[in-house]
Amino acid sequence: MKSLIKILVLAVVLVSVSCNKSTAPNYQFMPNMYESAGYETYGEAAFPNGVEAQIPAEGSIPRGFVPFDIENSTAGYDLAKATLSNPLDSTKVDLNRGKELYDIYCGICHGNKGNGQGNLVKREKILGIPSYDDAGRAINAGSIYHTIYYGKNAMGSYANQLNEEERWQVVSYVLKLKADLEK
Amino acid sequence: MRKVIHRKLSPNFLRLSLVFLLAFTTVLSAQEGDPAKGKSLFNANCAACHKLDKKMTGPALRNVEARLSEEEGLDRAWLYAWIRNSSGVIKSGDAYANKIYNEYGGAAMTAFPQLSDDDINNLLAYTAEEKQAPVEAAAPVGGAETSDNSGGISNEIILGALAILFILLAAGLYLVNKTLRRFANVQGIDLPEGPGKTPLWKAFVQNQFLMIVVAIFFLLSSAYFVYGYLSQIGVDQGYQPVQPIHYSHKIHAGDNGIDCKYCHSSARVSKHSGIPSLNVCMNCHKSIYEVSPETATEEYSKEFYDGEIKKLYAAAGWDDAEQKYTGEAQPVKWVRIHNLPDFAYFNHSQHVTVAGVECQTCHGPVEEMEVMYQHAPLTMGWCINCHRETDVNVKDNAYYTKIHEELSKKYGVENLTAAQMGGLECGKCHY
Repeated sequence: MKSLIKILVLAVVLVSVSCNKSTAPNYQFMPNMYESAGYETYGEAAFPNGVEAQIPAEGSIPRGFVPFDIENSTAGYDLAKATLSNPLDSTKVDLNRGKELYDIYCGICHGNKGNGQGNLVKREKILGIPSYDDAGRAINAGSIYHTIYYGKNAMGSYANQLNEEERWQVVSYVLKLKADLEK
Repeated sequence: MRKVIHRKLSPNFLRLSLVFLLAFTTVLSAQEGDPAKGKSLFNANCAACHKLDKKMTGPALRNVEARLSEEEGLDRAWLYAWIRNSSGVIKSGDAYANKIYNEYGGAAMTAFPQLSDDDINNLLAYTAEEKQAPVEAAAPVGGAETSDNSGGISNEIILGALAILFILLAAGLYLVNKTLRRFANVQGIDLPEGPGKTPLWKAFVQNQFLMIVVAIFFLLSSAYFVYGYLSQIGVDQGYQPVQPIHYSHKIHAGDNGIDCKYCHSSARVSKHSGIPSLNVCMNCHKSIYEVSPETATEEYSKEFYDGEIKKLYAAAGWDDAEQKYTGEAQPVKWVRIHNLPDFAYFNHSQHVTVAGVECQTCHGPVEEMEVMYQHAPLTMGWCINCHRETDVNVKDNAYYTKIHEELSKKYGVENLTAAQMGGLECGKCHY
């Protein structure tokens, strides 16, 4: 009987040791050195909605921010297409960075060549991505920027993933892809 | 005379018959059209805003032609005009065009002047197809599942049977031993009990050398285990909590190949890698409202994954039927996995953008993880080790050129490691 208990104990120990992926965090030594009194990023906090990640006060802007006056509508899109142009001159356009950002944020649907054949399209997850040389759309710098800023139809806004300068870098790179496609 | 008249008549007759034939063929091609070609055209041009059976940016298009002619009395010519230049039709004051334009919030449909009559006929043939019953796709998947399942079960059965066999054997031996002893007792046979010799354990205890060796061994081994236990306190390697929404990195980053920085965009530019806000999820999941049957695995069914997408919609406040936000968003309480103690400073952008370290170097094969877990121990020794081994990438980085030259001369090496650049200084991470 005693040997049976020993075997059981051994089995329990083996099982508990072998499952090293735990759903609870480990013990901490002196936890008050690990966890400060300040709020953790994305943590809970004593705000009315209970979260640390608060929206900035209304009307506040980040340093160096230039407001984008054109509104999110079809009229705004047409206005951007007609009037907006790239503020980056040829010395500031960095197509390598534009490509890097484009491949991360746009290429997954629009394809790394801009022909509308990204990985998600090939796998039939998202359909109907137009090629940049589509004649009916006839995109230009202003319309591309407006679309990145607000999104269009099923495409969402990328204003929170790309800052203003990065958006214009991507616009420059998209125009290069469009020119390549039209060759 | 007759012949002359006949000659006059025949070209007329031919012309007539040609017109008749042409009219007939155009009618034929107008009625039919190739649904297969239509499907590829639909996927390339329309599917961004239209689905067959579901409202999206634009209306659902199943049987659009039949519905239009029945309900609105509009023929195919109207559809040709609308598809090629919808804004022109709206401006012309067409009643239904203006109605549908206003119903969808003034979203202008892109003009498709490049689509020919045949193209549009193919498209309409595709939209007129009956909805396919999902049974077709489900049946082979179900069959595959059961066969796979039976494979898994049979393995378990074999293991279980073996275990039971061993238990039975052990029990049998024990019982045989017991019965034999009982027989021996009944028949009055004395079992040989070790004839007057000192038992082994007594001899062992009396041997002092052996006792000392054993004691030292015991102390050392227990010290080893105690040390091992103490040094894993506060290390969360392998921590795999259950998240409020079952987000599979394997499906997103692995199968679909979405870049890590698509969602964790702030890893490029800030200290934190960032948990994506739900609008980033909705960039794709506005269109992807269910998973494909191939995505489902044995462990997680399609219904399970679809339910998780529903959870996302509830949290983001997205009304899928109406295709708009209700404004009733709920924050998702993600469970944080990677968490450095607050006395250690770590900056993602320094590693991701400046050093160009792959995310997988620290986070492991995330693209294979169905459920995310902590791959690295995130201890100081682990940090230091990487700093000692990693050469600094100075190529195309003017910021490092000068200091790299000076320091590599000082240390007499070709390539500097992060440690030689000052990556071991206490104040770099603890201040």
